[in-house]
Amino acid sequence: MTSAAHKYTLSILVENKPSSLTRITGLFARRAFNIHSLAVGPTQIDDVSRVTIVTDETTAPVEQIVNQLRRLIYVLKVTVMDSNTSVNREIILVKVAADSSVVAERTAVLEVANLFRTKVVDVTPTSLTIEATGSATKLHGFIEALKPYNILEIVKSGTIAISRGPDTLEEAHSLGEA
Amino acid sequence: MTERITGAKAIVKTLERLDVDTVFGLPGGAILTTYNELNDNTKFNHILVRHEQGAGHAASGYAIATGKVGVAMVTSGPAATNVVTALADANMDSVPIVVITGQVAASLIGTDAFQEADIVGITLPVTKHSFLVTKPEDVPRVLTEAFHIASTGRPGAVLVDITKSAMVGELDFEFPVEMELKGYNLKDHPDHQCLSAALELIKDSKKPVIYAGGGCVRANAELELMQFVKLLNCPVVTTLQARGVIPDSSTFALGMVGMHGTIAAAGSLQEADLIIALGTRFSDRVTGRLSEFAQHAKFIQADVDASEIGKNREIDAPLYGDVKQTLRFLNSELENRVDQHEQAKKLQPWWGFINELREKYPLYLDEECAQESAGQGLGNLSPQAVIKRIGEVAKEHDEDAVFVAGVGQHQMWASQFLGFEKPHNWVQSAGLGTMGYAIPAGMGAKAGRPSSDVWVVDGDGCFQMTNQELATCRLAGLPIKVMLINNGTLGMPRQWQSLLYNNHYSQTDLHDGADGWSGEIVRGDGVEKGTREAKPVPDFMKLAEAYDCLAIRVTRPEEVDEALERAAAEKERPVVVEFQVAKNAKVFPMVPAGESNDEIMYTQNLRPLSKRAAKEVAR
Repeated sequence: MTSAAHKYTLSILVENKPSSLTRITGLFARRAFNIHSLAVGPTQIDDVSRVTIVTDETTAPVEQIVNQLRRLIYVLKVTVMDSNTSVNREIILVKVAADSSVVAERTAVLEVANLFRTKVVDVTPTSLTIEATGSATKLHGFIEALKPYNILEIVKSGTIAISRGPDTLEEAHSLGEA
Repeated sequence: MTERITGAKAIVKTLERLDVDTVFGLPGGAILTTYNELNDNTKFNHILVRHEQGAGHAASGYAIATGKVGVAMVTSGPAATNVVTALADANMDSVPIVVITGQVAASLIGTDAFQEADIVGITLPVTKHSFLVTKPEDVPRVLTEAFHIASTGRPGAVLVDITKSAMVGELDFEFPVEMELKGYNLKDHPDHQCLSAALELIKDSKKPVIYAGGGCVRANAELELMQFVKLLNCPVVTTLQARGVIPDSSTFALGMVGMHGTIAAAGSLQEADLIIALGTRFSDRVTGRLSEFAQHAKFIQADVDASEIGKNREIDAPLYGDVKQTLRFLNSELENRVDQHEQAKKLQPWWGFINELREKYPLYLDEECAQESAGQGLGNLSPQAVIKRIGEVAKEHDEDAVFVAGVGQHQMWASQFLGFEKPHNWVQSAGLGTMGYAIPAGMGAKAGRPSSDVWVVDGDGCFQMTNQELATCRLAGLPIKVMLINNGTLGMPRQWQSLLYNNHYSQTDLHDGADGWSGEIVRGDGVEKGTREAKPVPDFMKLAEAYDCLAIRVTRPEEVDEALERAAAEKERPVVVEFQVAKNAKVFPMVPAGESNDEIMYTQNLRPLSKRAAKEVAR
């Protein structure tokens, strides 16, 4: 498939039931669809969760993935987020070794942190922990910039996405478009 | 009006209120509380099976034969895992069944309690939906939702796992109850734009074929389909699932399509300029090598399941909606647009091509192979001839007879030769291909349609997987007629071993046929050695008699009719007629797995549609 490399962000509203997430991830596993990133959390509506999955078309067109998701009884709404009209964010926490006795190194790490407009959230005599949010591209750049230094640990969330403008997924759902 | 009752009683009452008339099941620890509520006043009939898989397949056979939801009820743990095959089978073939399993008390879940199995987790990939019920007050609603989900949209298998604590606890029973299925939306008919696109394609087509699948049967769309076919003067191929949705006697019917379909069906699809797929899913057994499937055709696909449209093949006019409603709309439009005379004239060359294939390559009885077996200690009946005769005799006695098959060669021959005139009269396992399906499914069909004769065509391999349900049939008054096509081997694997594995018959001989079994006996301690005479194990007649069935063995062609007449006349007991058939008989035509439909073999050495062969001849 020509567009195999292209990634799609899916926003899924789902009834908050014990097996809901398993049903979604199980579907991806069973049908051999890829999951690049996964984020789950509550929404402003009780009993409705929002799942954001980044996938690709390596094994099936994105329409097929969406249609398969819509077959799940607990799934209320599935939307492919358009990257031009939505905001996509990830969060990352990076722990870097930066001995306070080596001033130059510590300053350099802080400079990178500043340059990417990130936040230092924990400081010890031997390490700095930096929190960064942004698009996948920005965070990739940030990690690259930190590579010359001694990265001790990285933890990264899945992508979350929301559409620009006043429209919401829930409104669309109440119109019965699931 | 509410009533304070236990969850167990609510299960029984809800099933009654949902108009269930038959439940197939087997009690055990976690579901005993519910069984305690069954008594002489219970409005449905409970049929006590001998194995939980049998309960599941019986529910499926019941559902296919009646069009209603089939119901099975079993206990937790091993009983629930035993029913997994039946759930997967029914779901694959879009058969509406609801299976109720008992579960350990909610407080014990996750503790590896006795007979605990996470059956919701186990069956997630093989059900349309599943529920775990931990609160008694959820029982009426969840069962209502389960029946609704199983029977609407694309039908399927639904599991309802109910904890013992939900059965013991009490609720204020009310019925009907409101469902809470916010994410379950059904689509009636396709959008007008798509329908117009389909009509345009139909108008432009000179070589159309209708490819009708099981969805037409499930949607009860046979009348609409026939009208559509007549309006377009269009040939129809049916999938294994859809046999009977258009009568085989109809001039428009080209028979079964697929790996063992007719040459005319394969040839028409490969040459078509338009394929109208109705309620079918472009299975690999139909398309052959996908990249070489119907390369010149445009595609219309109607399906109630959006995810099936375009799943395997790009579609020019997708029609997402109920196939019956879709056909009604198309018919009403076509009635005004199509001039019957013009249409017939337009399709004349196309019919010429198809009729030539039909005349030149009809299905044939492999009697030569049967003759070769004579004198070798093998059965020498032609299996195709026997099955063809079963179809004729069955319909002479009951034109609404139900035919059931297991999986393998006998199933393909049954599909080819029984002759189907109506839908819902053909019960078999297509998608999952579950050996051992026939006897329990036949039992279910008979329970649902007691006034129809039920003829179960089975193989000797399949028979040995589930024949215990003959005890159920005998005791529950379900006199099915089992036609055991015994070739002494796992016939379909053997056929592949003949054609693809250089006649290496690795582990396919069952020693239960006419040639039986002979060889060295080595007793446990190795002391006693010797040889034993050829003798089939098991002796199917003794086995049938042990179940108090009428047992008839047929070894010669002239005995076939008498045996079938006796079988037809038996109204009280189940019947087992063993036909000792030729071991080397093969199912033809055949598209070798993974090859193009163009390479369909009429006989082992003749590929009438082969482009490859044609090129070689031209050279």
